[in-house]
Amino acid sequence: MDFPLVVKIKKIKQETPQTKSFVFEYPKRAKPGQFVNIWLPGVNERPMSISFDDGKNYTLAIAAAGESTRQMHALRVEDKIGIRGPYGTHYQWKDGQRIAMLPGGYGAGPTYWMATLATKCKIDFFLGARDKSLLLFADKIKKLKNVRFLPSTNDGSAGVKGFNVECWMQEMERGVKYDSVITIGPELMMYAVSKQCAKRKVPCQLSIERYMKCAFGICGNCCVDDLGITMCQQGPVVDNTLAGKIAEFGQYHRDDVGRKKEF
Amino acid sequence: MADLSVTFCGVKFKNPLVLASGILGITASSWRNVVKNGAGGITTKSLWLEEHRGHPNPVIIANEHYMLNAVGVPDAGVQKAQEECGKYLAWKSSPLIANIIAGRVQDFGKTAEEIAKIKPHIIEVNISCPNVEDEFGKPFACSVGDAAAVTREVKKRVGNIPVVIKLSPNVENIVAIARSVADAGADGVNVMNTIGPGMSINIDTRTPVLANKVGGLSGPALKPLAVKYIADIRRALPKLPIIGTGGVLTGEDAIEMMMVGATLVGVGTGVYYRGPQVFKKITDEMQAWCKKENVKRVRDLIGVFHNGNGRRFEP
Ligand SMILES: Cc1cc2nc3c(=O)[nH]c(=O)nc-3n(C[C@H](O)[C@H](O)[C@H](O)COP(=O)(O)OP(=O)(O)OC[C@H]3O[C@@H](n4cnc5c(N)ncnc54)[C@H](O)[C@@H]3O)c2cc1C
Ligand SMILES: Cc1cc2nc3c(=O)[nH]c(=O)nc-3n(C[C@H](O)[C@H](O)[C@H](O)COP(=O)(O)O)c2cc1C
Ligand code: FES
Repeated sequence: MDFPLVVKIKKIKQETPQTKSFVFEYPKRAKPGQFVNIWLPGVNERPMSISFDDGKNYTLAIAAAGESTRQMHALRVEDKIGIRGPYGTHYQWKDGQRIAMLPGGYGAGPTYWMATLATKCKIDFFLGARDKSLLLFADKIKKLKNVRFLPSTNDGSAGVKGFNVECWMQEMERGVKYDSVITIGPELMMYAVSKQCAKRKVPCQLSIERYMKCAFGICGNCCVDDLGITMCQQGPVVDNTLAGKIAEFGQYHRDDVGRKKEF
Repeated sequence: MADLSVTFCGVKFKNPLVLASGILGITASSWRNVVKNGAGGITTKSLWLEEHRGHPNPVIIANEHYMLNAVGVPDAGVQKAQEECGKYLAWKSSPLIANIIAGRVQDFGKTAEEIAKIKPHIIEVNISCPNVEDEFGKPFACSVGDAAAVTREVKKRVGNIPVVIKLSPNVENIVAIARSVADAGADGVNVMNTIGPGMSINIDTRTPVLANKVGGLSGPALKPLAVKYIADIRRALPKLPIIGTGGVLTGEDAIEMMMVGATLVGVGTGVYYRGPQVFKKITDEMQAWCKKENVKRVRDLIGVFHNGNGRRFEP
């Protein structure tokens, strides 16, 4: 049934200057890395990662990026939105693994959620942002017992000054060995992580976001070169071996008319 | 194993299944992946001369009964089409049917001419899209005169590349339209595009779900309509090759379409109901049926309905 289900927003919170979180009840359960399409009648419909599923409610963390997301930021508690999904693949882990998480931007949501589920894993959480105010969900992440919180900011206003990818590489230089790397965020950040992981032969999972319309494998807008597979069904979460075969990863994506846009 | 190959307008297909236009149809890589999944050929999403923006989302909704779409035929224009089609053709994969669209008769000609330069195996002309009516008015497929005019204009500009006209079911007399395009030089017809447009209202928000409000209907319920129209056209114009499209989900569906007169069978919404492997599933089911019925060559089934007794129908 791929029609939007209309729900009422229960809670809204300004999480960072760019990002608001929205909580609502939803009948289907999801896994970290999956996404929904959120519909604002008369405006548009857009894909959003599920930031948290508590077994009854979803949280979405939405950054104001353009017209539709700005309109989403204007929503209030009790307003109606349409939701369909969950769609796509999700992150995977095994008990006892040593995991490095490298989220950027709204990627902090799904990684935090995964960290709450992977209680038997030891997680180094390399949260990165431009400055302190943009470190999404930092307070919640810090509190998790299975997590070592290692934030970084470009301006040094919190944690280590610099990029989270550098931070993570320093840990590896110090001899820390990871069984798995989880990354989600800006594509060029993930691309850097992907290259390092391939070189060091560390398993890695990442989230390849492409322009989505149907979200169920029909429109073809999210197909990637040269494999031609859809990122709404066979992604967004892919392992690094598959990512290595996606020639456009880290190079370009396509807009709503299918034209290539370089990163 | 039965021989599933067919020849359509002089082009050989390893099996009769072609990806319908507008489904997984934007990039060469996607087309090749569809062929890997078992299709005998692919049709591109409708191609415009210039960039054409689609409708805002939601553009496609679906449930167990039907799919409703108003994607609005987005496309980046002919340069991107040439790049993607060229890339696909260089792989020497299965045949490429380039589907073109335009808002005016002359523009069909110009688009066809540009697309002909990359030498697709077949050019299909979409004169039947119900989703750009606000922009261009009633589709050309709804008038005998317009349909013929577009056909003549395209035929003039594409040399010896076969031209297929994609018909609309939303007309009073589809046989008359088929006859008019055949008389104007069409090498074949595709029966059919989506029906409608239809509309779906979300009762909680009291608004239409599709941003375009209305959209073309597709899916399993289309099949009996397509079967009837194909049979009618085949009876009236036994020499006109037909691509049968509409609601095909299974091998049995495909064989039914062939029996009434389709040489090729388009599969669109079937991808939604049975996943990207739908083509392989359908050809497996065709094989199983052919084995059960002791049919050696699936092409022998084309049009047998009109013979009444299952013997090969010789046009
Ligand atoms: C799987 C997936 C998960 C996502 N998760 C989140 C999330 O958790 N939080 C969040 O804030 N954002 C997320 N996004 C990005 C979000 O969809 C875009 O920011 C949003 O669509 C922008 O829409 P707009 O109208 O505000 O901006 P526009 O001005 O229309 O677009 C701004 C940019 O956003 C991207 N975009 C626009 N529409 C789409 C679309 N339909 N599909 C994909 N990208 C689009 C384009 O690259 C575009 O350049 C996700 C995207 C994908 C594909
Ligand atoms: C999402 C979607 C997009 C479509 N886009 C086009 C298009 O661009 N050009 C075209 O000629 N037909 C288009 N069609 C029509 C299909 O090619 C096909 O004729 C119709 O859907 C009936 O077949 P089906 O039931 O197998 O889907 C589209 C159909 C769907 C569902
Ligand atoms: S979004 Fe339509 S195929 Fe992936």
